[in-house]
Amino acid sequence: MSTAVKLEAKSVAAPVEMMTVNVNGRSVSVPKLMPDHNGKPVPTTMLQACQVAGVEVPHYCYHPKLPIAGNCRMCLVEFGLPMMGADRKPILNEDGSPKIAKQVLPYDPSQPRGAIACATPISPGMEIYADSIATQQMREGVLESLLINHPLDCPICDQAGECKLQEYSVEHGQATSRFVEEKVHKPKRVDLGPRIVLDDERCILCSRCVRFTRDIVGDDALGFVNRGSYNTLTHFPGKPFDNNYTLNTVDLCPVGALTSKDFRFQMRVWFLKETKSVCTSCATGCNILMGSREGKIHRYEPRQNDAVNSCWMCDEGRLNYKWIGREDRLKTVMIRRGNAPQVVGKWPIALAEISARLNAAIPGSVAIIGSSRQTTEELWLLAKIAKKLGAKTDTKVREGEADKLLVNADRNPNSTGARLTGFLTEKAGNNIRAIVEGLKVGSIKTLLVFGEDITTLGISSALLDTVDCLIVSEILPNATTAKANYLLPGCAHAEKRGTLINIKGRVQKFMKAVEQPGEARPEWEFLNELAANIAGHHRFVSIEGLFNAMAQDIQPLNGLTWSSLGDQGVTIAI
Amino acid sequence: MPQEFRLILKNIDQSGFTNDLACYLRHGGYVALKQALDLQPKSLPDGKVQTGPEQIREEVKASGLRGRGGAGFSAGLKWSFVDRRSGKPIYLICNADESEPGTFKDRQILHKDPHQLIEGMVISCYANDVKLAYIYVRGEFPEGARILKRALEEARANGYLGKNILGSGFDLDIFIHRGAGAYICGEETGLIESLEGKRAYPRIKPPYFPAILGLYMCPTIVNNVETLCHVRHVITMGASAYAKLGTPNNTGTRIVSLSGHVKRPGYYEIEVGKVTLGELIHAPNFGGGLREGRSLKAIIPGGSSSKIFRAGEIFKLKRKGADGLVTNVDVDLLDIPYDFDSLQAAGSMSGSSAIIVMDDSTDMVKALANLSEFYAHESCGQCTPCREGSLWMSKALHRMTHGGARKQDADYLHKTATNIQGRTICAFGEACAWPVISFVNKFRDEFEARGVEDEVRAASQTGGGVPPI
Repeated sequence: MSTAVKLEAKSVAAPVEMMTVNVNGRSVSVPKLMPDHNGKPVPTTMLQACQVAGVEVPHYCYHPKLPIAGNCRMCLVEFGLPMMGADRKPILNEDGSPKIAKQVLPYDPSQPRGAIACATPISPGMEIYADSIATQQMREGVLESLLINHPLDCPICDQAGECKLQEYSVEHGQATSRFVEEKVHKPKRVDLGPRIVLDDERCILCSRCVRFTRDIVGDDALGFVNRGSYNTLTHFPGKPFDNNYTLNTVDLCPVGALTSKDFRFQMRVWFLKETKSVCTSCATGCNILMGSREGKIHRYEPRQNDAVNSCWMCDEGRLNYKWIGREDRLKTVMIRRGNAPQVVGKWPIALAEISARLNAAIPGSVAIIGSSRQTTEELWLLAKIAKKLGAKTDTKVREGEADKLLVNADRNPNSTGARLTGFLTEKAGNNIRAIVEGLKVGSIKTLLVFGEDITTLGISSALLDTVDCLIVSEILPNATTAKANYLLPGCAHAEKRGTLINIKGRVQKFMKAVEQPGEARPEWEFLNELAANIAGHHRFVSIEGLFNAMAQDIQPLNGLTWSSLGDQGVTIAI
Repeated sequence: MPQEFRLILKNIDQSGFTNDLACYLRHGGYVALKQALDLQPKSLPDGKVQTGPEQIREEVKASGLRGRGGAGFSAGLKWSFVDRRSGKPIYLICNADESEPGTFKDRQILHKDPHQLIEGMVISCYANDVKLAYIYVRGEFPEGARILKRALEEARANGYLGKNILGSGFDLDIFIHRGAGAYICGEETGLIESLEGKRAYPRIKPPYFPAILGLYMCPTIVNNVETLCHVRHVITMGASAYAKLGTPNNTGTRIVSLSGHVKRPGYYEIEVGKVTLGELIHAPNFGGGLREGRSLKAIIPGGSSSKIFRAGEIFKLKRKGADGLVTNVDVDLLDIPYDFDSLQAAGSMSGSSAIIVMDDSTDMVKALANLSEFYAHESCGQCTPCREGSLWMSKALHRMTHGGARKQDADYLHKTATNIQGRTICAFGEACAWPVISFVNKFRDEFEARGVEDEVRAASQTGGGVPPI
């Protein structure tokens, strides 16, 4: 049984205290307590109650994963409370229902007293009028205020198409402006840091970015200077905004004030296809959306998964996509016989020859160096082949510095998968020496390499020359691919489907965003063929079937299916 | 003839009264403190025992003392909201950020009788189990801060402050924190943020009610300078005697800052509600009337953010007759008693008790432009309606006072202001909106005339269009 299932069972057992409020004339039962930005249960707010009721309350500064600021005032709503008699008991209407007093300004009872839904806790019998005329007027007033000093430069703004100011203006704003004064002018194209550009005129001062970097990252780097309408977002003088999470502020920014130097002016967002995927830059496995158009990836954005990355990802991971579209990607099968140069080959010939060679190999004469960047399915198939051939296996260890937020010291995205599939029989890196030794003494005659340049692992190019048969699957050319007898062009994760298991045992699938170049093929497809030829394995026609069979074979994955992973994955006991 | 009643100002401006400790002691200083610290636990009829501090809190509540900073909220009630069970320290902050235009009462106390404030604070801290208190002095009071600092040192050196005050076992220290010059620091949660070393952005309430989550997220009391001084007198006089001063629900005395077009501008201490607006302006011992040949045009009754009155206005106010019955009677503006409730009933407020008098030489559009410029400059800019609206109104008024007024500007201003009030994090929204709303409501004729005038001139200058009739 997985830990996730256990946890869920526990939370079901605890009784949830409910409260009844009325949203837009409809009674809704909502939990008395709901999680705050840290996940701590606190009194439910009007905004959360509206969400439970399926009613959207527009907002700018509120973000479920940030401390509440309450400054934009966009979520102001008209509301009513049960009237209390002198005996502190509710006053009833003739029909026995409680009498509700719409809240008005104490000094002007003709005006409603709105409450900010994001920060106002609900109380029993409260009525929230999220769509009333008074609420609409309050929204209209706030939007008018936000727009008077806004440059209204949507045609040249990167945020256009995913801008809350645009969206709410259409939904809640006025078509014309009363404003006839000169707008406030503020700094443009401010170089906030190595990855961020700021347009202060577009900024609506919601403080999301300030709170994110201060309260989530712990780098109190941004703030406001000046006063009133001249308030200006900036970084500390002489200290560029440069932590490993700065680009999240671009996602958080509801308008086009903060833009990514990498993405700005590259692509209109409405052209982007969004594909659910997982970041492969470390063992955390942040959930992401890949934005692509016509086979080219333009950006990664974090995708919310509270079990993994909340709403964030690190800049390093986010910007680690350009290699996918590199011009020198391996696009064709190459075959080299003896000392002749590599020549273009064909998949069926290469796979048939490889199968024949491996089937003929003396047990123990084959070694496989795989990669913990490969998918679980690929590693499982490789493990099957290795077992059949009695091959020694290993992967490359990638370690870096961890941080407190998301970055894991293990920079391989699937070390857990490499272990659980049985591809690694020992700790990663432990077998390399024995493999090198085997190559030197000639006991290892055939070497399979997947996705690693093994010349970085103490296997020199000269030593590779001595190998009888070097079979390499890669994405980009390197010193190892140059020596390959069979070079099989593979796919980046953006070009195929599969699963990765993160450091905490979260099994997550990723989807295909773009087409692979040339004749490159997803590794699982040809590994599937090799496994069938060598180990007599079943031939799978789909990744779904492959995963489901693997899940039955690997004890901790038992019971999982491709579809049961959903978009957010499942945590297993590891 | 109505007279001043000097309670807080009793010694101030008297010849020979100086602001040092020795002089204060000669004038009965720190007797109230001694009295407060000496209070013995008292058995109540229900068998409960009331401690000394609890007795002081009850006295303050019974005295009917209302906050002198602006809102006029019951001081005793405010104290009763303090979360005393959190296990966290309770802080007291004296709000000496007197910034409301037209107000100059607290500075008299700070400059001329600082020990009265300190004594009031020590008693209030004792009553509320406060061990650490702050005086937040506005940035523009460097001299006041210096005087206060010296007074605190004197008090500390003589056992009125610090460890084991007057041998009672009660420890308290008071520190001065100087603002950097921003009106918003007078807003109590903005003040707390500033005291914590941050930008004075007022906090959202809920959840950050100072009595529960104030300074450093601990329960905190924020009281005005004058209010804290009154605590001292509540103790010496006793709550019932104190409550006899002034009028019911408007007890005690208040220092009124009188400015504008009167002959004798200045500060006057009165029993609350015992003197009318007209008397304050015209009586020879108060304002002494308007300048020669001028007539009254308008009164701002409670600091620049309170709603303006137009001369000649008649208000329906509740009055209790000799038979004890309450009836609505017509009351002329000048006959409104200067207290919390009457001014509120007349649609404005006594606020910081600063009266600004305007005679018929005043250009109301210019006067409002002046006020709005102040509020646009002082808006902290945290929340949208006030941040954008305050400057918008100021820019519109600047245009109107520079030949660019339009007929529709009265409505334009009014709508902009209505979009601010009641929709902001703090009361600054009202502070910047109310002058605009009230000036336009009460003097709409002037605003519209300005529009017509400018449009006619503009049309004649361009030679085009038909001038409006």
